[in-house]
Amino acid sequence: MSARASDAAAPVPAASAAPRRKRRFARTRRLFGDPLGLSGLVLVLVFFASAIFAPWLTPHSPSKINVKHRFEGPSATFLLGTDQLGRDTLTRVLYGGRVALQVAAIAVSIGLLAGLVLGMLAGYGPRWMDNALLLVFDTINSFPAIMLALAIITLTGPSLHMVIAVIIITSIPSYGRIARTQTLALRGTEFILAERALGAGPVRVLGRHVMPNAIGPLLILAAMNVPVVVTIEAGLSFLGLGVRPPTPSWGSILADGRQVIRETPWPVIAGGLPLILTTLGFTFLGEALRDIFDPRLRRST
Amino acid sequence: MLIYALKRGGLAVVIVFFAMLVLFSLIHVIPGDPVSIALGPRATAEIQAKYAERLGLNDPFIVQYGRFMWNALHGDLGRDVFTDRSVTLTVLDQMRFTVILALTALGWAALVGIPLGCFSAVRRNTFLDKFTGVISVGSIAVPSFVVSIWALLFFSIMLGWFPVIGAGERGNLADQAWHLVLPAFAIGLGWVGYLARLVRASMLEVMGENHIRAARAFGLPPAMLVYRYALKVAILPTVTLLGVGMGNLLSGAVFAEIIFARPGVGKLIVDMVVTRNFPVVQGAVLLTAVLYVLTVLIADLVAASLDPRVRKSL
Repeated sequence: MSARASDAAAPVPAASAAPRRKRRFARTRRLFGDPLGLSGLVLVLVFFASAIFAPWLTPHSPSKINVKHRFEGPSATFLLGTDQLGRDTLTRVLYGGRVALQVAAIAVSIGLLAGLVLGMLAGYGPRWMDNALLLVFDTINSFPAIMLALAIITLTGPSLHMVIAVIIITSIPSYGRIARTQTLALRGTEFILAERALGAGPVRVLGRHVMPNAIGPLLILAAMNVPVVVTIEAGLSFLGLGVRPPTPSWGSILADGRQVIRETPWPVIAGGLPLILTTLGFTFLGEALRDIFDPRLRRST
Repeated sequence: MLIYALKRGGLAVVIVFFAMLVLFSLIHVIPGDPVSIALGPRATAEIQAKYAERLGLNDPFIVQYGRFMWNALHGDLGRDVFTDRSVTLTVLDQMRFTVILALTALGWAALVGIPLGCFSAVRRNTFLDKFTGVISVGSIAVPSFVVSIWALLFFSIMLGWFPVIGAGERGNLADQAWHLVLPAFAIGLGWVGYLARLVRASMLEVMGENHIRAARAFGLPPAMLVYRYALKVAILPTVTLLGVGMGNLLSGAVFAEIIFARPGVGKLIVDMVVTRNFPVVQGAVLLTAVLYVLTVLIADLVAASLDPRVRKSL
């Protein structure tokens, strides 16, 4: 029975391989044809490139103090002017992007993984586990991320690690809920029932069959979650609870700029612009990807 | 309706209890001895012992938790480490400012966002609809503290139209309202986008339903159709979103409060984080979380009383 089933199933993917490849190209073409999605993609690529190549893009140091050049406006040497310690604002913005990228990469990947595992357990496990996990998600959601961060950081003192930890904790529910809905929808389908009838355990069912089907919407959610993560990091650094000086973050550049806003507008403009461009970039890219790959998600987000 | 209200209220109570448990456990879960965390490295052993005694930190965990819950349910959230003032009073004193700011922000967001959503839905897929769509998504994505700081820079410092710091003179309502404009604009902007998007989507759904089609077939003018009949149904999901929005704005207000140097719970918490005054932070975060759960609960109950379909969802 199982042999025949696999015989019958085998030709199907082979036959559909060519159209599927064509469809994939069609999707890429759709992304390039959507002006907002395309500009989102460009902004995201610029963000990655400028963060990764920051040391090669600027001749200045992000933390070297140069009192002679305090509060300078934009010039050929200092393209976006200097701050209260004479540091080049553009250089600090570029290095601040590295912090944002680092936090986003770590927090989003761990949050997604943990949310996926917990969500699948909630959807596939016994009823009490589902209820318990939903209650945990609801409790986490009852604290706005910033508030939870403030409570924890009072005890630990400011640090980037704590910021990342808080972002992970507060983002687990949104991934978990989607993974749970996907698992619930899949657990009653015939191929899962067949797999279980053949004796597959929960690890195999979830790992081999549910996860590949559930991960798509989660990846789109991750793209749309990057702006939230970047905003929280910058927000906490703005409040002086994230990165420690002299490390630049877009948030700390804004905070320093707020102090000297009457002297020079440039740090405040330069610290806010990359934040806005990055969040807009990821949002437009995420929306375009969602519309192309999974229009049903539109209702749930 | 009663069953729904009881179930929904029960869930809110359970969530508040768990939130309290989490907040209470934090000080024990975080590595390090709570006393030296609170008092810093320079405190002598004698001061540390006294402090531990005063806060009852020598008792077993479960006794401490019981006492915390008992006191909290009686409105006592502990005392300020430095001034010995009641945390409840300190927080409530600042909460007024935050609630007024959040309400104003949500108010202008609703006044602009809901009509904008209707406008988009009526002109579906035209250039204006797409334009407002992009603006809405953009306003949701942009961090409110960047909007706050740029608004401060542009309107207060460069143009000098609005005050730079504070909440205005005590007792002078016009002055206070004047101080409220920029902060409320900045933190409410994103919610204009949220509301516009939601109203547009829900309006489009309602416009396709039978009773609207029937009304259209009877020849009712389109404006009357939209604002008189469709909006009544389409507005329902907004009620829930307004509850969530209020809760989010209560915590999101922290940035506007810091940037415009306004009093408020957010500013209180940030000031206390710097001095590691944990009881005040704990109390303020707890009250904000409770207020959040409460506004979402009220919004859900209002939505359920307006829309029978919601009642069945729990």
